[in-house]
Amino acid sequence: MTAVAALPAFAADGEGILQRTITWFNDPLNYRGPNGVAALTVEHLWITFAAVVLACAVALPVGIWMGHRGRGGTLVVVVSNLSRAIPTLALLTIFAVGDLGFGNRPTILALAIFAIPPLLANAFVGVSQVDPDARDAARGMGMSGWQVLRDVELPLAVPLVAAGLRTAVVQVCATASLAALVAGGGLGVLINLGFGQRRFDEVLAGGLLIAVLCLVLELVMATVQRAVTPQALRRGRLVT
Amino acid sequence: MVVGAVSAADQPPNPWFSLQFARENTSAIVAALQEHVLLTVVAVVVASVIAFPLAVLAARRPRLAGPVLGVSGVLYTIPSLALFAILAPFTGATRTTVLIGLVLYALLVLVRNTLVGLQSVPDDVIDAARGMGYGPGRMLWQVELPVALPAIMTGVRVATVSTVALVTVGVIVGYGGLGQLLLAGFQNNFYRAEIMTSTVLTVALALVLDLVLLVITRAFTPWARRSAS
Repeated sequence: MTAVAALPAFAADGEGILQRTITWFNDPLNYRGPNGVAALTVEHLWITFAAVVLACAVALPVGIWMGHRGRGGTLVVVVSNLSRAIPTLALLTIFAVGDLGFGNRPTILALAIFAIPPLLANAFVGVSQVDPDARDAARGMGMSGWQVLRDVELPLAVPLVAAGLRTAVVQVCATASLAALVAGGGLGVLINLGFGQRRFDEVLAGGLLIAVLCLVLELVMATVQRAVTPQALRRGRLVT
Repeated sequence: MVVGAVSAADQPPNPWFSLQFARENTSAIVAALQEHVLLTVVAVVVASVIAFPLAVLAARRPRLAGPVLGVSGVLYTIPSLALFAILAPFTGATRTTVLIGLVLYALLVLVRNTLVGLQSVPDDVIDAARGMGYGPGRMLWQVELPVALPAIMTGVRVATVSTVALVTVGVIVGYGGLGQLLLAGFQNNFYRAEIMTSTVLTVALALVLDLVLLVITRAFTPWARRSAS
């Protein structure tokens, strides 16, 4: 390729890069230690888990309540549109240099903010778009507002809430790789270190590991989403 | 702050906003902004040119729609940093690497929206046009495209805004537009003004481009405004 030819340093690298990446994957040393694949994967998953739990704690109650009241749709749209315009890298950097301290705490907080829009939107849409007839029937049976929410609206909203959770988990896992650029942990460390030391077998290995981790997580979450969706609702359209 | 004179001198204030920074670094900021706009526009234009025929093909052959959407979904799951890392050993630390990644992500959004737009053209409309003797080419340009235009333009807007945000990740191979400033501020002793300036400019750029596309959409779809009012 012409781009490679223009950069002699990379041209040499392009030769046998696949071979060297396979060698990298076969070296047991790359899996151990604080910057080994095992520790970094665990850290990556921990960051993802913590951020999603934090986001759920904020977004689900708010989204479900707004959906129950049938208000706040505009707010949900504004939040999701705005979040698309704010670069994750920028928010990660801002939090990293803020007063939140070092380590993974700023990363988790920044990622939690990015997990809120899909959770909020799906919880809101899930609850607010419950069939009005079902709601009326529940009311007619003498259910209180709280009972309608608990016994009718929430069970019917489960597929959409689960879809939001799936989107949030996969998105956060993907974005967590950026934390390494601002001194955070996770599998992105391999890519950042690899570029710093011009070790492109490690860069490629890191990229492949993150891609596989995200795809596996997507598969796992799709299975979870299917499992928690009541049989009767499985054929319905799912918004993802 | 309750610190001694010496340590206060050691640690100058590190404000989030600084006009002085913007004044003293105008040329660097403008250069980063230009790079950012260039990468975004080229990526979205190239992606649109590729996405349109793909979506038309998928709309014409429903059997292809599943695989096209499936592949795009899988690709979209791969994080941008990982994609750049996978491309870089082959295409080098070049603008090309960033552009390939950006085009791929924009492509997925555009194909989906264009396909949805084309599929949403009512069968009655197609039948009527066919009855009037429209061939496949004229049908596409004069019937399907105009009806699908709002959905297509929504896709272009989403793709543009996401691309503006994604460009910053290009910093890993040295072509991140405003992302370069962002990370430079981080590495330059956590210089907050530099970080904040590039963040605000990135968000502003996304909003401005979105607004421009909205105005263009309105200009090209006068019937949508008429039916709305």
